[in-house]
Amino acid sequence: MTKSEYAAARIEEISSTNPYRCMKCGKCSASCPTFSEMDIKPHQFVSYVLHDDVETLAASKSLWKCLGCFACVERCPRDVKPGRIIDAARQLVLRQRGNSYLSADEISKMEADLPPQLLVSAFRRW
Amino acid sequence: MKFSYYPGCTLKNKARALDQYARACANALNIELEELDNWQCCGGVYPLGKDETARKLSAVRALQEAKEKNQDLVTLCSACHHVLKRVNDDMRHVPEIRDKANRYLELEPPYQGETKVLHFLEVLRDVVGFETLREKVTHPLTGRRIGAYYGCLLLRPGKILQFDDPENPKILEDFIRAIGAEPVIYPYRNECCGAYLSLKDPALPAAMCEKIKGSAAGFGADLLVTSCPLCMYNLNRNETKETLPVYYFTELLAEALGVKEGPAVSEKQEGKNS
Repeated sequence: MTKSEYAAARIEEISSTNPYRCMKCGKCSASCPTFSEMDIKPHQFVSYVLHDDVETLAASKSLWKCLGCFACVERCPRDVKPGRIIDAARQLVLRQRGNSYLSADEISKMEADLPPQLLVSAFRRW
Repeated sequence: MKFSYYPGCTLKNKARALDQYARACANALNIELEELDNWQCCGGVYPLGKDETARKLSAVRALQEAKEKNQDLVTLCSACHHVLKRVNDDMRHVPEIRDKANRYLELEPPYQGETKVLHFLEVLRDVVGFETLREKVTHPLTGRRIGAYYGCLLLRPGKILQFDDPENPKILEDFIRAIGAEPVIYPYRNECCGAYLSLKDPALPAAMCEKIKGSAAGFGADLLVTSCPLCMYNLNRNETKETLPVYYFTELLAEALGVKEGPAVSEKQEGKNS
């Protein structure tokens, strides 16, 4: 198994989705609130996994534009869950860089009004 | 009626209004919310990865404590509701996660998703009943046109959260009717507010809040109601053409039940003061 094949297999494993089920109807992209900001669109996520090109997906802007709002997951007629695929790619990147999106040093510089819900989400995971 | 209550991190500071008005309302409705002794932050975001068990443990601990007390577990924050219900679903249906969590926490007998998780709105709908609630209203909010802002975390994924129809919800509208006001249906009520992007990419939530508020105002809403502290933050923080005030549903309920004491604690004021 090459490194690229391994990364694609890891995405399938972490996201527990089956990209082969996608029929490219585009409903996910039509539902996505940040579609216009994404360089790789939600209906295209599966193609990068199927072609063992997680590297390109992981380097895309889309990784950080996904809101985790589950609109694509809710509306997918084939239960492919594009939101879980992009989240798995984001996880792979975050795990490589020490497991958090936000560093503790950054928090002290942020405005005081931020709700803990936002900080903890960004710090622990997002 | 007695419930275990999981407030969550934000309800202890920036979203005090959501918590305190709920407690006052619960009293008025003869509901006892017994705060869990040892709750920990749920993490804010449900860990989607199948191999992420450690990040689900705080939710499992809360679920287990409610099970030991033989009580249903009530939450108010949309995010806590989302995380607790989804982790509970994992503990019921995903053997790998269930086994790992039980082994780590050394739970005997193992926790298998026995606790029922309820959002406070579900308590109002399914336990109290909106008809009964309507009868208990002493100060109906007559004439106020309220847009329900659901956002994402209350509703999706519908199959797991089983909260309401994720595409055409009505629980908040029924709630609004029960407190004597008029619900305003508008297209953006279950769209995302921009969520976590407000940290590093604030232009996006700003644009989304503009759409949400513009849409609600265009359909005639005078105010919005939410149960999510992050939606509250984003909607208040972003200057929009329409200046619609945003309230937690518990504050409006407290007003309708006549238990809202002192000056209004809107999140805007609270955010500035705390």
